[in-house]
Formats: sequence, C-alpha cells, structure tokens
Amino acid sequence: MSLFWLFLIILAIALVGYVLGRARALSSAGGERSALHSLPSYYGANVAMKAAVPAFLLLVIWLLAQPFYVNSEVSGLIPDTEIAEGSSRDLVLAEVRRAARGLENAVRSGAMTEEFASNARADISDVTTRLKEAGQIVTSEISQPILIAAQRYRSLSSIGNFYMSIAVILIAIGGALWGLRETKAEFRARNTVELGMRAILVGAASIAILTTIGIVLSLVFNTAEFFRIYPASDFFFGLTWAPSFSGRGGTSELGIIPLLWGTFYISFVALAVAVPIGLFAAIYLAEYASSRVRSTAKPLLEILAGIPTIVYGLFALLTVGPLLVSVFGDNGIGIMKAGTSVMTAGLVMGVMLIPFVSSLSDDIINAVPQAMRDGSYGLGATKSETVKQVILPAALPGIVGAVLLAASRAIGETMIVVLGAGAAARLSLNPFEAMTTVTAKIVSQLTGDADFASPVALVAFALGMTLFVVTLGLNIVALYIVRKYREQYD
Amino acid sequence: MSDTTITPDTPAAPSSPKREFRSLYAIDDLTRKRNAAERRFKAYGIGAILIGLFFLAVLAYSIIKEGIPAFTRTIVEVEFALTQEQFDAAEKELFKTKAYENFFIGALKTQLDESGMDVPFDEAAIERLVGKTGGTIREFFKSNPDQLGKPVEFELAASSRVDGYRNGRVTRETITDSRFLQKSDLDIVDALVEAEVIKTVFNWNFITGADSGVDNPGGAGIGASVVGSFFMMLVVLALSLPIGVAASIYLEEFAPQNRFTDLIEVNISNLAAVPSIVFGILGLAVFIQFMHLPQSAPLVGGLVLTLMTLPTIIISTRASLKAVPPSIRDAALGIGASKMQATFHHVLPLAMPGILTGTILGLAQALGETAPLLLIGMVGFVARGYPDGFIAGFTEPNSAMPAQIYTWAARADFAFYEKAWGGIIVLLVFLLTMNIIAIILRRRFERRW
Amino acid sequence: MNEMPKFEQATEMTESKISAKKVQVYYGDTHAIKDVDIEIQPRSVTAFIGPSGCGKSTFLRTLNRMNDTIDICRVQGSIKIDGEDIYDPKVDPVQLRAKVGMVFQKPNPFPKSIYDNVAYGPRIHGLARNKAQLDDIVSSSLQKAGLWDEVKDRLSEPGTGMSGGQQQRLCIARAIAVSPEVILMDEPCSALDPIATAKIEELIDELRANYTIVIVTHSMQQAARVSQRTAFFHLGVLVEEGSTDNIFTNPEDKRTQDYITGRFG
Repeated sequence: MSLFWLFLIILAIALVGYVLGRARALSSAGGERSALHSLPSYYGANVAMKAAVPAFLLLVIWLLAQPFYVNSEVSGLIPDTEIAEGSSRDLVLAEVRRAARGLENAVRSGAMTEEFASNARADISDVTTRLKEAGQIVTSEISQPILIAAQRYRSLSSIGNFYMSIAVILIAIGGALWGLRETKAEFRARNTVELGMRAILVGAASIAILTTIGIVLSLVFNTAEFFRIYPASDFFFGLTWAPSFSGRGGTSELGIIPLLWGTFYISFVALAVAVPIGLFAAIYLAEYASSRVRSTAKPLLEILAGIPTIVYGLFALLTVGPLLVSVFGDNGIGIMKAGTSVMTAGLVMGVMLIPFVSSLSDDIINAVPQAMRDGSYGLGATKSETVKQVILPAALPGIVGAVLLAASRAIGETMIVVLGAGAAARLSLNPFEAMTTVTAKIVSQLTGDADFASPVALVAFALGMTLFVVTLGLNIVALYIVRKYREQYD
Repeated sequence: MSDTTITPDTPAAPSSPKREFRSLYAIDDLTRKRNAAERRFKAYGIGAILIGLFFLAVLAYSIIKEGIPAFTRTIVEVEFALTQEQFDAAEKELFKTKAYENFFIGALKTQLDESGMDVPFDEAAIERLVGKTGGTIREFFKSNPDQLGKPVEFELAASSRVDGYRNGRVTRETITDSRFLQKSDLDIVDALVEAEVIKTVFNWNFITGADSGVDNPGGAGIGASVVGSFFMMLVVLALSLPIGVAASIYLEEFAPQNRFTDLIEVNISNLAAVPSIVFGILGLAVFIQFMHLPQSAPLVGGLVLTLMTLPTIIISTRASLKAVPPSIRDAALGIGASKMQATFHHVLPLAMPGILTGTILGLAQALGETAPLLLIGMVGFVARGYPDGFIAGFTEPNSAMPAQIYTWAARADFAFYEKAWGGIIVLLVFLLTMNIIAIILRRRFERRW
Repeated sequence: MNEMPKFEQATEMTESKISAKKVQVYYGDTHAIKDVDIEIQPRSVTAFIGPSGCGKSTFLRTLNRMNDTIDICRVQGSIKIDGEDIYDPKVDPVQLRAKVGMVFQKPNPFPKSIYDNVAYGPRIHGLARNKAQLDDIVSSSLQKAGLWDEVKDRLSEPGTGMSGGQQQRLCIARAIAVSPEVILMDEPCSALDPIATAKIEELIDELRANYTIVIVTHSMQQAARVSQRTAFFHLGVLVEEGSTDNIFTNPEDKRTQDYITGRFG
C-alpha cells in the first residue's frame, strides 16, 4: 500500500470520526444544541484529532525507524569479502538499495514476475539484463550476495510497510473510538480541541529550533568524522588546498587558509563597493530626495535585492569578467589572465549588496529622531553638516550592525563566487587573480558522486561548520548592536 | 506706564554689547564654501543612486540582449520531392545516406538557382550548416513511403554556429575557419536567407524541452526544470504556509514571555541570516544521508527550501498579525469567544492578505535559490524529461530552473551561455509575476487602521 | 502675576527687530497661518500664546525658515529682520539661522559631549580661529546659560546624560554659542518640572539684555512672568497683540478674554 493511500485512509477515518462525533454529541443532548458544552463541530473535531494525530505521529516515527532496522538486518547478509578495496559497507549498502529499488520497479512495470524477483537462485546475469531492459539503473553486474541482500531488503521493506499500514490504521480507528466514547453533552470538547491546536502551534514554532539542531548535528557529526581521518590542525592552519580525488584522498592537502583568504578578500571588495554606494544612496533617499524621487528610486534599487544570485553569477561570468579582462587583461594593462577573479566576483557581489546596505541604513537613519535634525538646522547647519556630524555619529552603531550583516551575507554567498571567482585556491594579493572561497569549495566537494567516507567529501562539512560559525557570530553581534541601537531611540 | 522700575542693566543700557550689522543679503566666503560642500555631498548621494540604477540597467540590458536569442532558432526549410526511382536507386547504393544527401543538395541547388542565386556549395558545407541530412531524409521516406514523389517540406535545425551568425553572436570578423563553420559558408547562409530557405522561428523546444547532452546545445530546453521548480514550490507552499502561520500565531498571540519563547525568537532571527548553502548541507545530511529520501528529488528540494524560507515567512506573518489592532481581539474576547476563536475567526482573516503577500515573496525567494539544490543533487543534467505522473513529479530526479541555468553556465560550449541567459528570462518572468501578484494583493487589501 | 519689571516705554520707542506683514503659511492645501502682521521689539521677550494647533509654533518656525525643511510647506507675505526680507532669494537660510537661533520643545542635545554640543555651532560657522577661542566661546556660552558651575568639571561627558532642565539649558547655551541676535523658543519648558522651569524663566529674563527673544508657550502664567509683549493666536489668525499687561488685564478681543479666563483652550 503506498503512503499516499495510507494517508488518504487516515484522513477518511478522521472525517468519518468527525461526522460521527458531531452526530453523537447532538444525540446525547437530545438534539438541544444549547445543552452541549461546546459547539457540535468541536465534538467532531475532537474525534478527528484523536484519530489523525497519533496515527500520523506513528507513521512518521515508523518511516524514520524502519530503514535503520532493515539496513542493519541486510548489512549482516553481506560478507566482508564483498566489500571491495577502496569501497565501504555504506557504498555496498547503497548498491543493495539501488538493486532492490530496481527489482521493485521492474516488477511494477511488468518486466519481471514477483516470483522471479524474489527467487533466490535466479541467474544473476539474467536478472541484470532484465533490470537493464526495464530501464533500471544498475551500475555493474550484480553479485550473488548483493542480489540476495537486495531481495531480503525488498521483502523486509514490504513486510515492514505492511505492518506499518496495519498499525497506523488500527491506531487511527482506536483514537476515533476513544474520541467517540468521550463524546457526551458535558464533555469540554472545545477546551480539548484548543489544547490540541495549541500543541500544534507550539510544534510549528519549535521547527525553528529543530532546524538549528539539525544544522548543528549534521555539521558536527560529519566534521568529527572528518577530523578523525584528517588532522584538525592541518585543516585550520594548512596553507595549501589540493584535494586529490584519486584513491582515498590520502595525499590530499586540505588547508582552509587559502579558502578563507579568498572568502574575506572577495567580501572585502564587495563591501568596499556596497557600503559607500549603499550608504550614500540611503543618505540621499532619507535626507534629500523628494517623496516622488524616493518612491521611484527606492523600489528600483530594491529590485537588485530581489534578483536571484544565479543571475548575478552569470552576470559576473559572462558580462563583468570579459569586460574587466578587456581593460586589465593582456590587451590592456596585463594584470588579469582570465575573466574569473576576486575583482569580478567582488564587484558583482557589491552590486547585489547595495540595496541590502541602503535599505538597512535607510531604516537606521530614519530612526534618528527629527529633534536631532531640527537642533542642528536651528543652529544654521547645512544638511550635509547635519548628516556628517549629527546623524551619522548617532546612527553609527546601527550602520555598523548593517555592515556586519552585509559582511555575513557576502561571506555566505555562493553562486556568484562559484561562477565568478574561479576554482583555484590561492594566497595572493592581486585582486585580478582567480581565487576561491569556502562556499565555492563546499559546492565542488559535494556535487557529483561523492563518497561520503573520503576526506575530500567530508571536508565540505568542516568548511560548512567554519562558515556557519563565522556567519552566526557576525549575525549575533550585528543583531545585538542593531537592537541596542533601536532601544536607544524607542 | 512710566512708573515701571528700571534696573541698572536694562536692555537699553549703553553697556550692552553692540554688534556690527551683518546683512543677510551678503553671502560670506565661508557660507559659500559650506554651500559648495553641501552641493558636493548631495551630488555623491545622487551619484550613488545613479550607479545603483546604472548597474540595474546594465544587468537588464545584458539579460535581454543575450537571452532573447535562446527563444529563436534557425531552421533550414527545403521543399524536396523524392521519386520512387530515386528512392530505389539510393537504396541500392553502398553509402545510402550519401545518395540521399546528393539528391537533397541537388534540390537545394535548383531552389537557389530559381531564386537567381548562384553561390557554389558542396556537401561538406551543407553538413556544416545543417549536419548530416541524408539520414533524416532516408528515415522519413522509409517510414512514409506514400510521400514518395510528392513535394515534402523539410524543416532542419541549422547548426548552432549558423544560429550564432543569425543572432550576431558570430560575425564575419570574429569567425575562424573550423570544421564547424568556415568564412565562405557565411556567403551560402546569406544566399539561403535571401532565398528564404534559412528562417528564424520561435523556439518552442526551449520552453517545453528538457536538458540535452553537452554536445547538443540547440536541443536544450528548460521545460523539465520548470516542472521541477513547480513541484518544489508546491512542497514549499504546502508546508511553509501552514507551519509559518501556526508558528507566527503562537509567537504573536499565545507565547508566554519565557526562555523557550526567547529561544525560538533567537533561532528564527539567526536562521534568517544563515547562508543558504548551509541549508543545502542540512538537506544532504538529514534528508538524504539520514532519512534516505531519494536524491535529486523535488520533494527534498522543497523540504530544504521550506526550512530556508520559513524564517522569512514567519517574520512577515508576524508583522501582519501585529498590524491587526488589539481592539479587534478585545471585541471578540468581550463577547465570550475563546482566545483561539478570536485569533482564528477575527485576527487571522484580517491578517490574511499580508500573510499571503509575505508568502508569495518568500516563494519567489525560494524559486531563485540555487546553492542548496546543487548539494542535494538537483543539477541540470538530471532534468532529462518530464515526470511520469503527479506523485513521480515529487520523487523522480529532476532539476530546477536556477540549477539548470547553473549547469548550462558551467558547460564549456559557448552556445549554452545563450541558453543560460534565456533561462534567466524565463526565471525572471516567473519572479516578476509573483511579485506583481504580491503587489496587487497588497494594494487591493491594504488596510490602514 | 505682574511682579516682573516691564519696559514697554523703553522698548516701544526703538525700531522693531522683526516685522511681519501679511504672512500666510500653507501646508499642502491647508491654510495654517492667515494674514499675520506683527512687529517684534528688540531686546525684549515676546510671548505667543493660544490653544493647541492655533499656528503659534508654525509662525515661530517661519521666523528662521525652519519650515524650509518641510516639503509641502509654503510661506507668503514678508518677514523682515533689521529691514531685510528673510525670504528673499539672496538670503541663505544657513546665515539666517546663525542670526536667528532656536530652542525646541523637547531638549535635544546631540549624542556628543557637553563641550562638543556647545562647540558644534561655532565650529560649523567658523567662529573660532583656534582652540583657545573655542574654549572661550564654550565657557562663556555655558556661563550665560547658567550651566557653567554645574558642568565645568565634566565637559567631556555626554550631553544626553544630564537632567531634563540641564539639557534644555545646554540647548540654550548651544544656541547662544553662535551669537545670534534673535532666539526663538518653542515651548522650552513644556517637558520640564517646575524647578527647572523656574530656572529657565530666570535665564530668559537675563538673556533679554542682549537678545531679542520670541517664546511660544502654553502656559499663560509663564507668558505673564517672562514676557513684555504677548500675541494671542487663534485658528491661524493673530487675534490680538500688545503689552503683556494689557493683554492679561484688559484684552480687547472677546476670544482673548475667553482664552485667558480659561473658557476654552
């Protein structure tokens, strides 16, 4: 039974429960609505809630737990000899899962009979050809133990799914009956339903915490795994980034320093573009512009913030890069070799950050009380003197916060650097040279068929961890500063 | 009133300081200097805005200029009749397709001669322009023998270099002779254009097609990844709207002031600023490594993007809930509604336009996101076809528009760049539509209390 | 109520410092000030009184063109200071405001040190050639504002850290520091407690010796205490203007009488 149908069945049980509960409540009050504690629909909702919520919870838990059980069972079937040199049990298990899925699909599409698929003595080459004919992806010839494991995987999964369906449906019916038994005129259905809804609301709000926990755990575990096979000191202090994809990455040098250098260099260029332009734009919009100019220029600038970063990436790679090469390249000044460089990525990222800096600064400048301006104008100061000597000093903490937020954006930006900065990790001062960043390397280490056991893939998690810690630190400091600033004028 | 007391330091007393009179009409040097500084400062501000708008204009110009050609394609249209005898003769040849090609070139030549053109060309040139034609022709007549002897319109896709020449990507100055195209071929192209044999038509395949191999930029289309994006957005909408609204209602209406609430608030504001790629890592580790959900599936992409957009949606939803004045709540509570009823019957409907606007903008942000999708395997070349059905749309490997654009941009063949720009136009059309809907919603339902 | 010394005779003989004729102020479509004619005597205190929204603050702000900072505000008619029309295109509002200083309703010291607050005006107007001169200006302004003894040991502390009354006197010192000829005060005591108010009133009385002061106030007692002349505004119209004694004891207009006897406002 597919999940989709199971889902519908639970919903159907809940719906029937709702109708029955509502009817029962009405009849228990002898048709007198006013004799009920709550509105009839609350009695129905109580039954529906008791039917659906526990059933769905069970369903989710079962779905999460079953693969663990099946994997550990199947893993025992694979002899160590099956695990080839340079491979790992996880990879073989993945192969088993692929084969099992292939069998499943082949049976469903009619390329194999059920008996054939579960026949333990089936001819392997025959199975392989049939799988291939059925359009299933099979990497290589399936070996006997893998086939057996795959068949076992299939049968365990289908048995598991069967029991799951039974259990979930029973729980749903049981819950509905429980709810129906409660349904009497004096039962406080509304309070119960509202308690349940409140629990759902709390659950929804807690997803933010769960997400953070998920991020931290997925980074921490994989990073720890990485540091088990690659020394942490070499990672943090290594000056060379040279992953070797051949073998198990034994000869890889995975030092983060060149990546951090590239990241900070590009971010610096981006901020050098975005902060002055964004700040001056904000000052003009807040202090000088007539409301008509403001209402056209501000949304136009903010379009820049709504454009996806992939667009900026392409802009860097195909427009800005070649343009810079034509000026600084071999035909021009001769200090730029290719279109991808720190300058390319930094400039484009700066453009992307202009509206970010300007709208944050705009808010902050507007938060400076009008009384400050009046005081200054009343003394005969010009607008620029007021801005420079009164407003900016007063708004400084807020603007620092905004710049830190922009810095955190720049450090975490991915697509622009992937396309615009180049792929070579380099420690150089020349901004026209290609360099790479932490985010770009996370993408390149984790795309493609990465083997999650090798250091060249696991290093991405350590990079991600570094990125997360740096941006989180910046954000916390920035948000703290901005909040303190807001409180000052509230 | 002459009896008023007068103290020694009366204002009229001569001891008070006497200022020299300075006329307001005379602007002194310092003021002039200060006004110049003022004008300079103002000019910096205008300059900053103009620079920003200039970048916007350059961006828009490059997108349109580079992207429009992706929506057209160049075809060679030849009316061509093959007699039964020719067919039989060709089938007897050793190199059958070669024979068909000869017939084709002959027909083309006649057509050109009729239009008064005389440009010499050989089969090699034809091959450079349209590729091997013989195979296509033979295939057609073998499967449609009844068409023999009748004139048949053949529409053959011109090579990507010819396409480039027609779009101005390749010019006579920049072209270098290669096995793909030679300078002399351009004369043939010009002659064929004159004779209306080579035409530019709208490239439906780009809108509806799927990604092609690296060697066939002409056949690449964005349709499959649009479908991928669509299924992802369904997941994001179905999850982030209810969860976001529920979380916001809790935080805005019910949450007590305690550490748990603070913890949620801090988490939300920090998650809003976590780089998107970190969400990709989360998706890879939790959904694929840990939960064994299928790789490259729009379902997983949707889950990742949901987590990513939730903070944005929660923040905007809370703002709309906050904008509903407390008097509405008091009124509902005052006639005996429970807090839950007051919220769901009165506050939420009033906040709904704002919530929807925020959600659409959140979806637009998610639609343009690329980096996390790359990590969970939704790269462009996965999008080889349309999913088989509704459920398969969620679980079968697919790509998404931005990831498809990235894949094209990362390919070595320049012809794919045009596709990437074209893809951006398609993506921006979607984003623009969503933003316009959001603006209309806001304008239509905006309420000032 | 009338213990304060009065100098109508002395002041009325001199030429007026500010002379406004047929002044109209519009906020967008709203006609906020209608046909105001007034002569303001030098080295005296003139009080503007009237109910809220009567236009007295708006009119005050036209006297040093503070309304220029509001986009939708238009001023018509003539306002002359020492015989020069301040709305003449040749006049730079920056120079005008150096001549006509202003103190606001809420104390608004800049988030800078006490010293920098006072030195701000002299610095931007280039009044001091060196540090010593600037120090002189700062200390004498603080002395004139009666604040010197309280702050002389903590000039580098932020101005925002003082009490409300001290802050307002700091703002007065800041205005004095650019040596204006006219000081406009927009309800300078409305945010202060009675003791701080008394100090400011005392200070205003001292400043009268050197400056022409125009004060907007809500409190009729305050107008009576500090001013020599009083103008009563109602619904954007200057109803009556005359010596403070006359206005309070013997108003000519019915509306003035109703207002000062507390029948409205």
